[in-house]
Amino acid sequence: MAGSMRVRAKEKDGVVTVKALITHPMETGLRKDGDGNVIPAHFIQEVTATVGGEVVFTANWGTGVAKNPYLSFKYKGSKGDLLTLAWTDNQGHSDALEVEVK
Amino acid sequence: MDRRTFLTAGLGLGTLFVAGSVHAAWPKDAFEAQESGALIDMLAGSKPAPSDAITITAPDIAENGAVVPISVSTTLEDVTRISIVVEQNPLSLTSTYDLTPDSVPYVSTRVKMLKTSNVVALVEAGGKSYSGVREVKVTIGGCGG
Repeated sequence: MAGSMRVRAKEKDGVVTVKALITHPMETGLRKDGDGNVIPAHFIQEVTATVGGEVVFTANWGTGVAKNPYLSFKYKGSKGDLLTLAWTDNQGHSDALEVEVK
Repeated sequence: MDRRTFLTAGLGLGTLFVAGSVHAAWPKDAFEAQESGALIDMLAGSKPAPSDAITITAPDIAENGAVVPISVSTTLEDVTRISIVVEQNPLSLTSTYDLTPDSVPYVSTRVKMLKTSNVVALVEAGGKSYSGVREVKVTIGGCGG
């Protein structure tokens, strides 16, 4: 599922603000299609942010996060950091993206 | 799912992960909890203390419950986890965030809301649990169906 993410990371006063948009259906498993069949749950469970091999932030998501999720968080870092954001969903799909902190 | 089973499971996981990482596995039981009171007990381990140091930024009225922007920040120190709970959702726990010593205690996302509900932010800081609450009115529900 390459290309599912857009990530921006910007440093100010020693704090890096990361903003990410992920394209994903975030299906709850509670909805039904037109024929009354349950649409199976399909949602991102974990998003991990890593800098230099060290995890700086982890998001655990349930089905209550909106479709095409937005996530923003902050960590103490610096310009030029290489930040990797990676997600995994309940059906085993995943994607990762590396960005340079501006 | 009672509290004892959850705690035992938690202890087991804790032992497994103690050497490797501070991050626990995806908390399946908490995400499957249908009753927000029990869920908050489960996450907090006890009744969380209401705290003014937690700020929840959210619209007072959300026109579309499918996409409700929620931000949580706090001035508490040593924050290890932030959880966002929508009390009236069929599955109340939307998300939990594991923070590290490098983190700044701030998180922003967009959640689904079935109807008007209290949004509870649970913050674990220095081994204690704190909570902040804010009501969001929803005019069109967003959990499908």
